[in-house]
Amino acid sequence: MLERRDFVQQLLIDRGDLLVVSGLGSATYDVAAAGDHPLNFYLWGAMGGTAMIGLGLALAQPNRRVAVITGDGDMLMGMGSLATIGVKQPKNLAIVVLDNARYGETGMQPSATDNGIDLVAVALACRFKYARVVSSIDGAADVRALLHRGEGPILVNARISAEDTPRVLPLRDGHAIKQRFIEALNSV
Amino acid sequence: MHSPTSIETSWPDAIFAQFRRVGVRQVGYVPDAGHSRLIALCKDDPTIADVVLTTEEEGVGLVAGAALGGERAALLMQSSGVGNCINMFSLFRNCGFGCVVLVTMRGEFGEFNPWQVPMGAMTEDVLRLSGFLTYRVDSADAVDETVGAGCDMAFDGNLQVAILLSQRLIGRKQWTR
Repeated sequence: MLERRDFVQQLLIDRGDLLVVSGLGSATYDVAAAGDHPLNFYLWGAMGGTAMIGLGLALAQPNRRVAVITGDGDMLMGMGSLATIGVKQPKNLAIVVLDNARYGETGMQPSATDNGIDLVAVALACRFKYARVVSSIDGAADVRALLHRGEGPILVNARISAEDTPRVLPLRDGHAIKQRFIEALNSV
Repeated sequence: MHSPTSIETSWPDAIFAQFRRVGVRQVGYVPDAGHSRLIALCKDDPTIADVVLTTEEEGVGLVAGAALGGERAALLMQSSGVGNCINMFSLFRNCGFGCVVLVTMRGEFGEFNPWQVPMGAMTEDVLRLSGFLTYRVDSADAVDETVGAGCDMAFDGNLQVAILLSQRLIGRKQWTR
C-alpha cells in the first residue's frame, strides 16, 4: 500500500509544464501538499467531472501533458467518461486514481473498489492504451515517467492506504484558480 | 447527406456557421434526432473535435477543460439531458466558464411520448436556476441571430447561455409502427 502524500509528491517532482487537474477532496489536498502551482486546477466540487476536464484540456493542448489526479469515488461517479476518453484516444492524457476504496470526505465508507470493482479492467475495456495497478512506492518513478512520456490514454490505479491525512487547503475561489491557470499556461 | 434547400431545413447549418465564426473547437453531445445534421456537420469539420458523451454532464467538464486550454466548446443535448447536468453546472458558475448549450426540446408542442413531458416542462426553469441565460427559438428564421448573439455573450463575457430549440421548430417526432 502507498502513503498518498508521499506518492503524489513523487509524481510531481520536477513537473515542468505538466498540467494537473485534481479531483475534489483528498486528491486536491494531496496535489496542494506536493507544492502549490499555477498549473494546478483544483476541484472543490463537480464530483465525477475530473477526468472530463482532463479530456477537454488534453484536446485543447495536444502538445502538453495532462495529468488527472483523483480519488476512486470521483472516478467511479464518472466511469462513463472512461468510455468517452477511450473514443477520443488522447495521447497526452493520464489519469491517476488514488484508490483507498473509501469515501474519505464523508467518513471512510467503502466504495465499489472495496468490493472488487476493477478500474484497470474498466479502462482497458474502454481502449485505454495502458492501465495498471501500482501499490508500492518503488513504482512511483515509473508512474511519473508515464505522466510525462507515456502514450495515452493511461490509467494508473494507485492502491493507497486509508488513513486520514491532514488537510492542505489550496485556493478555493474558482475564478482565481481558473485565471491563474490560464495565465500560467499562456506564459510557458 | 442531403443538402437543405430552405430555411426550414437549413437552421442547423446556420448554427454551424456561427460555430465557425466564433471559433468553436470542441463540440460535446449526446446524440439527438433534432441535432443529427449539426452533429454530422461538426464531425465532418477537421477543425472541430466532436466528442460523443455517455451522459450530458460529462460535457460540462469538457467545456471547462477546453476553456482552461484556450479553446471554445459548445454542447448539444436534448431537454432531458439538462436534468443530468444540474450539479455539474456549478463548475461554470464557480469558475466563470462561458458556455453555449443548444437544447432540442422534447415534451412540449405535439409530444407523443408522455415520459418526455416532466423534464421538458421544467427544462427552462432548471437552466435559469443553474445560472443560464435562456433564449427560446420557435422559428427557423430566428436561429442565426439568436445563436450568434448567444455565442458572443458566452464567449466574450464568460456567461452561460442556453438556446432552446422548440419542438415547433424541430418538428414533431414521427412515430411509425
